[in-house]
Amino acid sequence: MDLNYSPSYEQFRQEVSSFLKASADKQPKGAGLKSQALKNWQKTLIEHGYAARTIPKKYGGFGAEPDILKSRIIAEEFAKAQANPGMGGQGISMLVPTLLEVGTEEQKQQFIAPTLHGEMLWCQGYSEPGAGSDLASLRTSAVLDGDEWVVNGQKIWTSTAQIADWIFCLVRTDPKAPKHQGISFLLFDMKSPGIEIRPLVDMTGDANFNEVFFTDVRVPKGQIVGAPGEGWRVANSILKFERGSLGDPNATLHRLAALFDIMKHETIGGERLMDKAAFRDRAMRIQGRVMALQHNELRLLSAKINGDDDVRLAAMLAKLQGTELRHDLEGLAIDVLGELGLAYGDNPYLNGTWQYYYMYFLGLIIGGGTSQIQKNIISERALGMPKEPKFAEGAAT
Amino acid sequence: MKFGLSEEQRMLVDSVNGYLQGAVDIDRLRAASTNRDESSDDVRRALAELGVFALLVPEAHGGVGLGSLDAALIAEQLGGVCAPVPFIGSAVATRVLASSDPELAGDVLAGIADGSRTVGLAIDSYIGGRRDAGIIAAGEVLSGKSLFVFDFDADSYLVATADGATYLLSADAPGVTREPLTTIDGTRRFGELRLENAEATLITSDEAALDAGVRLGRVLLAADALGAAQHMLNEAVAYAKERKQFNRVIGSFQAVKHMCAEMAAELEPCRSMLWYAGHALDALPQEAPVLACQSKSHITEVASFVAKTATEVHGGMGFTDLLGLHYWFKRIGSARQMLGSPEQLRDEAASVQGLI
Repeated sequence: MDLNYSPSYEQFRQEVSSFLKASADKQPKGAGLKSQALKNWQKTLIEHGYAARTIPKKYGGFGAEPDILKSRIIAEEFAKAQANPGMGGQGISMLVPTLLEVGTEEQKQQFIAPTLHGEMLWCQGYSEPGAGSDLASLRTSAVLDGDEWVVNGQKIWTSTAQIADWIFCLVRTDPKAPKHQGISFLLFDMKSPGIEIRPLVDMTGDANFNEVFFTDVRVPKGQIVGAPGEGWRVANSILKFERGSLGDPNATLHRLAALFDIMKHETIGGERLMDKAAFRDRAMRIQGRVMALQHNELRLLSAKINGDDDVRLAAMLAKLQGTELRHDLEGLAIDVLGELGLAYGDNPYLNGTWQYYYMYFLGLIIGGGTSQIQKNIISERALGMPKEPKFAEGAAT
Repeated sequence: MKFGLSEEQRMLVDSVNGYLQGAVDIDRLRAASTNRDESSDDVRRALAELGVFALLVPEAHGGVGLGSLDAALIAEQLGGVCAPVPFIGSAVATRVLASSDPELAGDVLAGIADGSRTVGLAIDSYIGGRRDAGIIAAGEVLSGKSLFVFDFDADSYLVATADGATYLLSADAPGVTREPLTTIDGTRRFGELRLENAEATLITSDEAALDAGVRLGRVLLAADALGAAQHMLNEAVAYAKERKQFNRVIGSFQAVKHMCAEMAAELEPCRSMLWYAGHALDALPQEAPVLACQSKSHITEVASFVAKTATEVHGGMGFTDLLGLHYWFKRIGSARQMLGSPEQLRDEAASVQGLI
């Protein structure tokens, strides 16, 4: 056990912290994904190595050697200073790592730099009305016609579709092949003729997602990652990047501090919420769960650095536990606040983000692989339990 | 930066576990639970030879001088087989005695280290006094009674008064009456200590020394519960892979495999939490008080969930004595109650953080 960072890392932490202090007034606050202010900020971050850190210079990144601790320190310092972490989105978090792994040199040259710099915003076309947990049953088709794929079908749960420049999309290119082997991974322009986008308003009142319809959308033949039929393998190299990012324990720690703050200051009948034994017990119980996941995260970090610990199970549980915990934490804040907990959006008495995140995290419990799918993965891959027997294709169920 | 076990710690775990798996079987648990006089002295001696009891004792007193995390890893293995041998009482006593005058404690520590002495814990009046119970000290003369004394079959006891002063009392001192108490967990010994002007030795009147011992005891009980829960989960998964109903192994039904996944997803972070708490006791004094409370509270809550769920996965067999899974269920139950139940510990966690 050695939880200390060596002096060179402490110095690096100082550098990040000083940079953030010096640039505090240059950071865009609440700027949209397409704003010039955010693009400028992103450019500054990449120049300093605080964004796109390990992506090679020739593709528009900073080009540093991977250093897990440095990445961690950057994330911690940005969180501490509540600084804008720069461009996010599925293009940067999912497509770029995938292209680096399986893209052609030409694709890397064409797509990575503009994506990193916010010139090219992406959405992800995976789920369909009939293909949710069973994603591989997707039906959106792409048929080769000369030098072009012709795409027809519908996607759903497509976040940022209304502002995205491009889409990375799973389509069925061989309807006769077994379902996992007939899928391909296409990249195309969202301004292509034949694309219709309908916002999907969710329970929070926001349209966090969209439905996207394709009618004879024509895509150049070369805009495919991997060979035709390899789309499932390509997509899975992305999913592993997505799962890790949901239910981040550092953000949860931040919310726990905010909850404690409320419980120390809000009162009912003149008594502080924290002084009420039942509320306090629930708060402490949540804290215990937060701590356990924080320590689990520390173990995952250490395993990445030292490579001496079998953390398969510890990694698989992070999304399941992290999203359920966050939902429960937000729900506890609502409970202890009584009527005040009803506050939502603009309300003179309370900033109503508790109700928002209570619902938002229910969305995340379902999205990115439902809790039930996570339990299948854990029981099958970590505990070695058998899969559900599969019914033959087309058999009555 | 490294958060994980060292090579030495893994070897320690392997050697202790290797011995325990062969030595402690279901027949031994049955015998220990049904006959109070049944001793597992052979196991205790073998563990002493492996250095288990010397682990925490400072080198100056014939011990190895290892840390809280090492002791927690041992407690986890003992919990994993429900070992009917005293460990935690002597470990807590070691922590308190090691911080006191070597003149007073040296012999006892040497005895703990070589396995010839066992110390029981009579500290209920300090961590949560009950009506009609409590120890009063007049100088070094003790009177009163202590309930549910832990590791009761001992040759001496660490006795605490409500103000946190700690005494060492010989089991055969005049004025000491001992009455065994039956509990749910037959793999540990509990009893009642009645004292009438019994002479004892004041070890320390510094409450902080006792608090350090209590913190260690809590983390070791959490470790014990973690080990027992991991065993129950392993058994449930193995059973679900073999037992067939409706022409399928029941582990292929999502209703069953999801129960197993939930247990695993809850329990695995407890391992990291235990490591962190064990490390904090020795290296992070600011965090140690809250970690001792929260790790025992959280881990025993999860262990209770696993105890119930793993039993259910076994169906009717889980309820029988034939299978004997209930020994682990009860072991977890006793770890949960000792040195502060989850609710009591959460209250204390809020208090040590200054939230109330």
